[in-house]
Amino acid sequence: MTREMTGAEMVIQALKDQGVETVFGYPGGAVLPIYDEIIQQEGLEHILVRHEQGAGHAAEGYARSTGKPGVVLVTSGPGATNMVTALTDAMLDSIPLVCLTGQVPTHLIGSDAFQECDTVGITRPCTKHNWLVRDVNDLARILHEAFYVATSGRPGPVVVDIPKDVQFATGTYQGPKANLSTSHKSYRPQIKGDAQAIRIAADLMSKAKKPVLYTGGGVINSGPNACQLLRELVQLTGFPITSTLMGLGAYPASGDNWLGMLGMHGTYEANMTMHDCDVMVCVGARFDDRITGRLDAFAPNATKIHIDIDPSSINKTVKVDLPIIGDVGHVLEDLVRIWRTSSLQADPAAMKSWWAEINKWRARNSLAYRPNENVIMPQYAIQRLYELTKDRETYISTEVGQHQMWAAQFYGFEEPNRWLTSGGLGTMGYGLPAAIGAQAAHRDALCIDIAGDASILMNIQEMSTAVQHGLPVKVFILNNQYMGMVRQWQQLLHGNRLSHTYTDSLPDFVKLADAYGGVGFRVEKPADLDGAIEEMIAIDKPVLFDCRVANLANCFPMIPSGKAHNEMLLPDEATDEAVANAISSEGKALV
Amino acid sequence: MNAQNTTPALSAYFMAVVSDKNETHTLSVIVDNEPGVLARVIGLFSGRGYNIDSLTVSETEHENHLSRITIVTTGTPMVIEQIRHQLDRLVPVHRVTDLTVEARLANQDKPLERELAMVKVAGTGDKRLEALRLGDAFRATVIDATTDHFVFEITGRSSKIEQFIAIMKPLGLVEVSRTGVAAVQRGAEGL
Repeated sequence: MTREMTGAEMVIQALKDQGVETVFGYPGGAVLPIYDEIIQQEGLEHILVRHEQGAGHAAEGYARSTGKPGVVLVTSGPGATNMVTALTDAMLDSIPLVCLTGQVPTHLIGSDAFQECDTVGITRPCTKHNWLVRDVNDLARILHEAFYVATSGRPGPVVVDIPKDVQFATGTYQGPKANLSTSHKSYRPQIKGDAQAIRIAADLMSKAKKPVLYTGGGVINSGPNACQLLRELVQLTGFPITSTLMGLGAYPASGDNWLGMLGMHGTYEANMTMHDCDVMVCVGARFDDRITGRLDAFAPNATKIHIDIDPSSINKTVKVDLPIIGDVGHVLEDLVRIWRTSSLQADPAAMKSWWAEINKWRARNSLAYRPNENVIMPQYAIQRLYELTKDRETYISTEVGQHQMWAAQFYGFEEPNRWLTSGGLGTMGYGLPAAIGAQAAHRDALCIDIAGDASILMNIQEMSTAVQHGLPVKVFILNNQYMGMVRQWQQLLHGNRLSHTYTDSLPDFVKLADAYGGVGFRVEKPADLDGAIEEMIAIDKPVLFDCRVANLANCFPMIPSGKAHNEMLLPDEATDEAVANAISSEGKALV
Repeated sequence: MNAQNTTPALSAYFMAVVSDKNETHTLSVIVDNEPGVLARVIGLFSGRGYNIDSLTVSETEHENHLSRITIVTTGTPMVIEQIRHQLDRLVPVHRVTDLTVEARLANQDKPLERELAMVKVAGTGDKRLEALRLGDAFRATVIDATTDHFVFEITGRSSKIEQFIAIMKPLGLVEVSRTGVAAVQRGAEGL
């Protein structure tokens, strides 16, 4: 359909034609025409944040929890620059985001006008693509293309920068084209995997003696169907499966073949299985440095199969033997079909002895911690939170740090899209807005931000957003008064000199919750924890839950920097001396 | 299998310490001629720490608004493969061809590569005569002159131009402007 309308009207129309229901944003001079349309329409809900970064992370939480693109609307200049962290975050975690920014009128561009910045220049390296719209007649086409680019192939953030005069100008609107995936002139990602390569992969897998499935966020991005196929593949093959931080929930944590998360704070069994395997099937993961540890000792005897939609992920850090470019869901569908139709089977004797070996590693119980009757151990707090919320529709977001790793270790995810965390960029301040985004998409669900006392203060202002829009998110703060992960690294690397990692003068979170119009809790004793969590769940308002935990607990197990998967530091071995000497002088240069 | 023979990683960012030999490759990149596309390409190189030895760009298909970027870059084979894929990932990029690899596959030494330079030389007497004589020998043409200077136009492989500039240095070299490398594959086929 084509018809005449203003640029601002086109924005609303294009969002509706793309099926958008929720927009996160903050108004300002350069987007006033669009905001004037927003208030005069129905069907498109606008959630007013308190800082543009919050809008970005909220849209990420919305996207991650629904599988749909998150949409952000912000003004020029500071509105756009405040979005940079969220865009970079979405870029690194492959989250589809469409960010619309206002811009000064075209005739003022380049004149250092009020609230002018080079938005496309600034966001070029942190978006999948971006556009500056100079002609209202290009606007509709670009908006639809933006949704296509954000959501297809390896998803990611895009920016459409719209000067104010383009928003006022009248032009011809055109609806979305149905077949951009075949008609786009240059961007047509490969979806189907190479059939021959998939056959070879199936063959390699059937002959493996010590196989492992190493899965990542790509499975979740590919959709619920891909997760279903992954579960089917595990059932068919009997292979052990581990996952990156981003991939939690694709395979259920209660599944028999689940090894737990792998990597720097992964389980002993997951990392040992990775190290000793002979065939590794990497599904939608990217061999991140938090995963591999020391590269030259990474799975030294493994034939590596890598399924990824992005060709640039192949051989980036780890050389693989069999790359398969394609969408995880499509490739798994072919793989499962070939496995079935060729009646392939994993070697039963080899699998038996492999599982026996794995079970020995499991018996090390690498997530163990010393319980305490008087002080709440952070791990215990997550365990209780999990037990008391697992039977509900629960979405968990996190900030970044120790609490994030404990959440990943101790909260069992049974379904995809329930776990929202900043993996690649490691953005403190992600969790509260992400929980708000998830709550906006799932009004009746329980949305909890597992936070640290330092991280939560980075976007605490979004409490006000939650209260205004009736989004009863729960912020579960593991309060140890330190930037715990940084402190842990100071202990590991810098002789326990705790430079600026103790937070003096933390706010009173109970009063703070109250000040925002939410509800505050403070719990200091393990015995009080369950009751307070249940009370928190029952409250239909945003909650700040100040859970006072052991101050100096460390997050174990851990692969120290510069070490390999089979050189983990386990909790029962982590004496103060072992911790102080865990990282060699070379390792200290690493991140 | 995984590279077991490499030196131990000193950094979590492994690419910097790969001990494979560096190679120089020439890439052809066909892109939409739209604002910012060159910035995307250059930004990718600077952002990811790749080298640019030479870069040329011009619109080559006017009716389709397509430009051809020729990039000469140096890196290990793994890095060069990364560069190719990273370039291909940019939305306005239509096609990336590693001409050096293509030439190797066709059993050729190198793709056809040419560069143009304008070389200004000032001087009088013997030096001036010698400059003119050498210009002749290198098949450079004089495109501007007064009684005390020449501007030579010279075309050829980069090595020839390097050599010409080196020779002109003692003969009164004033300044040089070079286009960078343009390249195509040998044979009847196009990209």
